[in-house]
Formats: sequence, C-alpha cells, structure tokens
Amino acid sequence: MTTVIIAVLGVIMIVAAILAVYQKSLLSAIIAAGAISLLASIVYLILSAPDVAMTEAAIGSGLTTIVFLFALNKVRKQDKNG
Amino acid sequence: MVKKTFIVIILVAFAVMLLPFAKDLTPFQELSPTAEKYVQDGPDELGAANLVTSVIVTYRGLDTLGEVAVLFIATAGVGFFLRREDKKEEERKKRGSSQILHSGTAFLFPLILVFGVYIFIHGHLTPGGGFQGGVVIATGMVLLLLSRISTKINHTVLHLVESLAGSTYLVIGILGLVLAAGFLDNRFLDLGEFGRLLSGGAIPLIYSFIGLKVGAELVGIIDSMQKDQP
Repeated sequence: MTTVIIAVLGVIMIVAAILAVYQKSLLSAIIAAGAISLLASIVYLILSAPDVAMTEAAIGSGLTTIVFLFALNKVRKQDKNG
Repeated sequence: MVKKTFIVIILVAFAVMLLPFAKDLTPFQELSPTAEKYVQDGPDELGAANLVTSVIVTYRGLDTLGEVAVLFIATAGVGFFLRREDKKEEERKKRGSSQILHSGTAFLFPLILVFGVYIFIHGHLTPGGGFQGGVVIATGMVLLLLSRISTKINHTVLHLVESLAGSTYLVIGILGLVLAAGFLDNRFLDLGEFGRLLSGGAIPLIYSFIGLKVGAELVGIIDSMQKDQP
C-alpha cells in the first residue's frame, strides 16, 4: 500500500517537474516547483521522517516559492521600465 | 534535433549507469554501529525524547553550528546585494490587499507565530526544532508583509535578536565545554524527567536560540527582497 502511494506521488512529482520546465507561464512554473516540494514532504512523512518533512514543506514549498515570486515580480517590473 | 537526440542519449546512458544501484539495492536490516550507539544510549544519555534532535543538537552539534553560520552568511549576502534605498519610499504606490487576505491574516498571524514558537520549544519532544520553527515564524511574517504592505520591520530589533541569539548559542556551547564533557554538551543543566517540557538539559535552550536566530534571519531576507521591489 505504502509503495503504491509513493509511486503515485512520484509520478505526479515527475509530471510537475516536467511542467515546471516546459510551462510557458513563469508563474505556473513556480507553482509547479512548489508542488514538487509539497509532494516530496508527504513522501518523507510516509517514510517516517517527520523532521525532514517539516523542513521540506516549510522551506521548499513555502519560503522558496515566495522568494521566487518576489524575484519574478522584480524581473517583470524591470522589463516594463526598460 | 541533433541536440535533442544528444540529450536523450545522455539520459539513457545515465539510466544505464544508475540501474545496478536500483537492481542490487537491499534495505539495511540493521543499523550501522554509530547509529546503533545513538539509538541505544541517546535517550538515557541526553534525556531527549526526539532522537533526531539529540543527534542534531548534541552529537552532531558542531555541524549544526556550521549550518547556522552558512545561513548567517547567506543572509549577510542578500542584505549586502539588496541594499534598500529609502528615498524611493514616497514614489511607490502599491495596490492594497484584498479584504479576505487582510482579515485572514489578522486571524492567522498570531496562530502561526505561536505554532512556530511551539515547534522550537518542543524540539526535544516532537518532530521539528529550531530551523523548522524559525521558518514557520518567517512564513507568518511573509503573510503580514503581503497583507499590510506598509508594515515596516524594525531592523535594529531584528539584528539585535539575531546577534544575541547567535552569541548565546555559542556561549551555551562553551558552557558545555567548561561544565560538562565537551563543546555543545547539554548535560550541564539537569536532564529532568524524560518526556517533560523542561528536560533534556540545554537542548530546549539551544533550539530556542537557533529558532530565534533562523526566524530573524529569514524575516530579514524576505523583508529586504520585498522592500527592494523597484
């Protein structure tokens, strides 16, 4: 059962990773990259590593996504200004 | 086309290289000697219910000190490259946040903060610890910065918290060297009753200071990135 769940999550993660690379919209790419971290944290939790899962969920899908969004915002504004 | 074929060939070669690892993989049936020592002696020796914490804070405390130093250098780098120019402050006009975000933040912000503090205070009992708690606090501050754009974070307080927490962490480490067996040894304080909040010697103290330091540093990074928006 655990193996099946991990396999399903892994497939979704691979799909999200491909989306993150090939997505035209940068915003969607960032969200897809954050989703990978969130799913990875679930996998860690299933493999009974809650400490790592917490770190991955908080840093990988929380802070990193936000930092990327700030960077995207900055790049867009600079593009507009010149 | 040639490029794509090349990429596919490299990927296949990589898969062939890694295949033996996956095929011959046998799960460990028993722990390695070091891990076994930690598992057997850890709870009695250090009095922390969460074994991961006792390894991170005490047995491998020096590595954690290195991690904290790395994070500090990263923050200093971000602060250096994203220097804020305050004179632009008046020109900027920003769209206010929606009512939902505004009210939601008012409700969630205190809860997130308390949860972050809970995580690092209970680092020796439940999963998580200083780093996770600090990041949760920083996430709460991000929510505040997003919903109330005019929020100004007092950098003096932030730097004070960060430097004080960092130096206290080192002082606790040296106290362990003087009063107990070695650097970052937690046993110079009473180990207490196993599984209680006030147990595990200096582990709760150390993790609280790490949590404060990490939280302050990450809030600093986020704040300088947000304020830097031209």
